[in-house]
Amino acid sequence: MSTPDSILFFGTCLIDLNRPEAGLAAMRLIEGTGIKVRFPGDQTCCGQPAYNAGYRDEARRVARLQLDVLAGTEPVVVPSASCAGMLRVHYPRLFEGSADAARAEQLAGRVVEFCDFLERIIDIALVDHGPPIRVAVHQSCSARREMAVADSATALLGRLTNVSLVEPDHAYECCGFGGTFAIKEPEISAAMANDKAAAVAATQAPLLVSQDCGCLINIGGTACKQGHRFQVMHIAEFLWERCAAPAALSQATSHESIQ
Amino acid sequence: MRTEFRIRAARSLGRPRARGNIRRAMDGLIRKRIGAFPDTGELERLRDQGQAIRDHALNNLPELLEQLERQCAANGIHVHWAEDADEANASILAIIRRHNGHAVLKGKSMVSEEIGLNGFLAEHAIEPIETDLGELIIQLAQEHPSHIVAPAVHKDRREVAELFAQHFPDEPHGEDIEHLTALARRVMRARFRDTRIGLSGVNFAVAETGTLCLVENEGNGRMSTTAPDVHIAITGIEKVIARLEHLPPLLTLLIRSATGQPITTYVNMISGPRKPQELDGPREVHLVLLDNGRSRIHADPELRATLRCIRCGACMNHCPVYTRIGGHGYGTVYPGPIGAILEPQLQGLERQGELAQASTLCGACGDVCPVRIPIPQLLNRLRSEHARQKAAPGGSGAFVERAIWRTWASIHANPGRYRRGLWLVMRLRGLLGRWMGPWTRTRAAVRIAPRSLHELARQEGFHGD
Repeated sequence: MSTPDSILFFGTCLIDLNRPEAGLAAMRLIEGTGIKVRFPGDQTCCGQPAYNAGYRDEARRVARLQLDVLAGTEPVVVPSASCAGMLRVHYPRLFEGSADAARAEQLAGRVVEFCDFLERIIDIALVDHGPPIRVAVHQSCSARREMAVADSATALLGRLTNVSLVEPDHAYECCGFGGTFAIKEPEISAAMANDKAAAVAATQAPLLVSQDCGCLINIGGTACKQGHRFQVMHIAEFLWERCAAPAALSQATSHESIQ
Repeated sequence: MRTEFRIRAARSLGRPRARGNIRRAMDGLIRKRIGAFPDTGELERLRDQGQAIRDHALNNLPELLEQLERQCAANGIHVHWAEDADEANASILAIIRRHNGHAVLKGKSMVSEEIGLNGFLAEHAIEPIETDLGELIIQLAQEHPSHIVAPAVHKDRREVAELFAQHFPDEPHGEDIEHLTALARRVMRARFRDTRIGLSGVNFAVAETGTLCLVENEGNGRMSTTAPDVHIAITGIEKVIARLEHLPPLLTLLIRSATGQPITTYVNMISGPRKPQELDGPREVHLVLLDNGRSRIHADPELRATLRCIRCGACMNHCPVYTRIGGHGYGTVYPGPIGAILEPQLQGLERQGELAQASTLCGACGDVCPVRIPIPQLLNRLRSEHARQKAAPGGSGAFVERAIWRTWASIHANPGRYRRGLWLVMRLRGLLGRWMGPWTRTRAAVRIAPRSLHELARQEGFHGD
């Protein structure tokens, strides 16, 4: 894939509801490189919640809408490795043998995770205007494994000259979110989230960033309840805050913790 | 809902000592596995090879099992087919009775756990003697294995020392590992000498030669299979492989994935009873081949991959859920990710369907599986079957759950409804979000933004065209 003239942006329902600033930051960053960003207003959710809960018919109903909305030939950039994985890896399975199989395959081939897009596809130039800071990184399981784009996030953050990255203990381990898992098995999920939040706190970094909103809601919410002091932020928002021209920043929404 | 699984898992979470022991052990096993496969390219090639060998065996299962039976018979090994646990137990009991046995030396065997052999033998006044150190500890503690490779992994050496002090009061007390293993050796020695029937599991059964391969580190496996007059091997029908040359790659994958060793201390290749001119070895060898639901799993082209498993335990070592609740949290013979796909298939979704939910689908298990079982994908498949089964006539209903997902879909499949829904949620954000069920017991409520990305994008001029 080479640098495209335009892209379709799939914002994800979690960002829509919880952290729209991250979606906006991602679109501004891409548009700032001269690539036209299209945001189809009829997009909703990739369908993963129902798919992972075992409700495939319901997942297909929702996924079919995204097939319509994301039709075209441009790359589809997704600011979540988890949702990108759903579109890229699971849509072909979900529609296998159906009339939509070819469309699902075609879409899957165009899906790129946001950090991977900036780092690998367009090789973005970033100028870090922010003060020196230590930042802990949480790579989501989908970024690490299903999509294998964790290295892109690390490399992308590495472009920020004043940012030093730290990796929490047991970094490879899931934070315990798992979508409906957090509701279905809350005790186990909480045990995992508590360990993760404690590991991040132990790095003494004031900020945790990740490419996935789900992990941030889980880790950030746990940290808040447990009295840890670090804040959490989506990578897109972090990059925008560090690299946007000061004038652009002042018109952007102010940052607050995700919880 | 307080399900049996959730009650058990919560109980396991409330045992900090066991949790610490399991966590430390799993961290160690993860490190050792990484050390055992320094070359990722080589590892991936081996995994391809391992998967191909196991797929070949499963795709030719009926023929290979017949060949195995023929070759075993030619080697003097008696083959017994067991449709289920009852048949397997009955076969084993008949052999023991014929030899007037009152005790059985047991090498490690998860299939013997699967059929509940120890309890069955005890009911028939036959003493099962576990000879693997971990299994011995579990037997003394009257527990079940918490890990398929390291059954007593949830106990630390102080707990083991206390257990030994209770059961062997005449032996000197000590808490270091060497002392404890030496004590176990002394105690076991007399039993090895006096017991005339041995029983073991099988890691791989080679069809072309009728050879039973058994790997172990303590020598108890070799003792149990060679010192007694009678050796009974028991295994699942899926453990067959076609050729002897398939063994080395599988052993490399199994052992390195399981313990990080290059090779186990003992690799036993059992190819029949003592021959007339030979001085030692058992006079009779039996092989019990257990189905117990495996044929049913085999019949499904996707789920068949479950049977590729070579029981290395790497999936549980790397599983964040297993690491928190241990094997006892699952309450099944096979715990961890492999248990979460195998047990619902062996015992049925009505009984064990919830195990398929005991995963965040983080993918760590599938990533380390030496034979590339797509465990997350199979968990997803089982979840969808479970949902369908609950909805079917005579199913448990799950009306609320189904209604929630139908409503969810009708909103998210309709852009207008979705946008109106978002708008409404955002206007009500002051009311929502303080209490979000179990979520907020350990976390702050999820922030709901005042305006959605849809709104912000439109305002900034990002459109669909």
